[in-house]
Amino acid sequence: MIVSVNRRNRVMAVVFSTLIATAVPLAADAQGTSVAESTVWNSLKGDVFGQKVIGPANGLVTIAAPKRAEDAALVPVDLRFKTDAATGRIKAVTLIVDENPSPVAAVFKFGKDAGVTHLATRLRVNAYSYVRAIAETEDGKLHMTETFVKASGGCSAPALKNQDEAMASLGKMKLRVFASNAPGTEPMTRATEMQLMIRHPNNSGLQMDQLTRYYIPAHFIQGLTVSQGDRLIMSMEGGISISEDPNFRFEFDAKPGEDVKVEAADTEGKKFQDEWPLQSSSL
Amino acid sequence: MNRPTRRSVLKTGAFFACCGMSHIRFAQSQSAHSAVLPVTEIAGGVFAFAGLPEMMNAENEGEICNVGFVVGTDAVAVIDSGGSVAEGRALIAAIRAVTDRPVRYLINTHMHPDHIFGNAAFSDAETVVVGHRNLPRALASRGDYYLQSYRDSMGGALMADIRIVPPTKLITDEEQLDLGGRHLALKAWKTAHTDNDLTVFDQQSGTFFTGDLCFVDHLPTMDGSLRGWIDQLGDLKAFKANLAVPGHGPVPSKWPEALDREERYFEVLARDIRKAIADGVPMAEAVKTAAQSERGSWRLFDEYNERNATAAFAELEWE
Repeated sequence: MIVSVNRRNRVMAVVFSTLIATAVPLAADAQGTSVAESTVWNSLKGDVFGQKVIGPANGLVTIAAPKRAEDAALVPVDLRFKTDAATGRIKAVTLIVDENPSPVAAVFKFGKDAGVTHLATRLRVNAYSYVRAIAETEDGKLHMTETFVKASGGCSAPALKNQDEAMASLGKMKLRVFASNAPGTEPMTRATEMQLMIRHPNNSGLQMDQLTRYYIPAHFIQGLTVSQGDRLIMSMEGGISISEDPNFRFEFDAKPGEDVKVEAADTEGKKFQDEWPLQSSSL
Repeated sequence: MNRPTRRSVLKTGAFFACCGMSHIRFAQSQSAHSAVLPVTEIAGGVFAFAGLPEMMNAENEGEICNVGFVVGTDAVAVIDSGGSVAEGRALIAAIRAVTDRPVRYLINTHMHPDHIFGNAAFSDAETVVVGHRNLPRALASRGDYYLQSYRDSMGGALMADIRIVPPTKLITDEEQLDLGGRHLALKAWKTAHTDNDLTVFDQQSGTFFTGDLCFVDHLPTMDGSLRGWIDQLGDLKAFKANLAVPGHGPVPSKWPEALDREERYFEVLARDIRKAIADGVPMAEAVKTAAQSERGSWRLFDEYNERNATAAFAELEWE
């Protein structure tokens, strides 16, 4: 069903990876300048960040995504953050898919003492594209890292698989808490890993009805906050590049005994919220 | 059209040389260029073509799924138009080789390009395009993406003619089409392979055109709901058919035995993914190992299994 990478594409892929292989070390040498070699990005960065200088991440933020997106509607992206004494903690991270119709997938902001070290989500990737994360540290500086994803194309369209089901269970939430396997860590002090799932079609609004020639209205989660007690863990301003049924797996410094609360709002003004007790036993 | 051009032979030769492909596939890809689709009469008045177990590309002109047609006293019904307008035209030529009766219906079994990219070949005013009630919506949200994303592998020449032609006659539940002395029973299924799967049963011969609800040899692809597909296998099996034309695989295939292998694959995939979810394994890791024990049993396993596992993970983690 799906298109395979034919010979021409393979040649292109080789050309691409050669370009990438040469581009990255070059950029890494040039400290403090833009890291990426992407014409789309060069025209995009001013729109998103104005004239601010964007430096290389140097390990402050790392990004991982499959080189080949098996399902263009569900591309797992994994971000890890490090706090550096010189720059201060990471305040916000912007996730961008260069080639998507609406490239800014999401802007995450982290609470002051949330201690978020890891964040994984799933994206729609429309075409062969860079996926990049730009972290803003407390000193106001921007740090970027990126990875290249080949959407496998063809029938894995970044669209809903079961549209009736997606609408029927709109707004339902699920929170999972994962036990830490780290040996020797004290249950009360270590970071906790959670996964937040929200049922939502997250429609792009860029799909045209072939019969009416009208665009199907966009309908997506645009705002989300996760807090514990009265402490903000993280907030997200989302776009249409976040996959159907938005999914966030993250690690943060949890306080046992305080409830985890999630509030979300979509583009139709619908609000969703849920609350889960976080017992010491679940940590 | 009858023979590969010199350029395509050179391209194909180079392709196989670099991948170490067998010469058997080369022979198959030559047949893809015939102006008359080589169909087989599998029952009286029932014809079908077996697609190649490959990905759609310029060499095979998108001829990768099974297509067919049924001839009644008054009219002909076509089941799927193929993966390019070139294939659609070759299918029309095959119909004209056996009958001059009008093509009254073009039935699309679901939204995927290998089944619908030939629709534009059937633009004759007397042909009604028939599909599941969800098919227009599915094509609306994917059509542009399909047209754009297949350009690289299919090439501009093949893509130039391809248009997304949605159905105008929609099937909500079950309905019969009259071809004159012969009735086709159409059934719209709940979400399984996609959310717009439609099957066609020729009552006279007992031939069951399953669309992609049944895959044989070619690994099933998941673009709807794994649970929905598993849930409906019982109803599919209960169909009293003498023979089947699966969406992909041998033409004809034995019924209901044709479902056995995909049923086993679904069970293994669901079991592996459920275990990974229960163990807290992240999606990106889980999809690399799920259902690998099935690898030796299928063609195109590496092309589709991780994608199926990804879709299954996203679905099953809500259980």
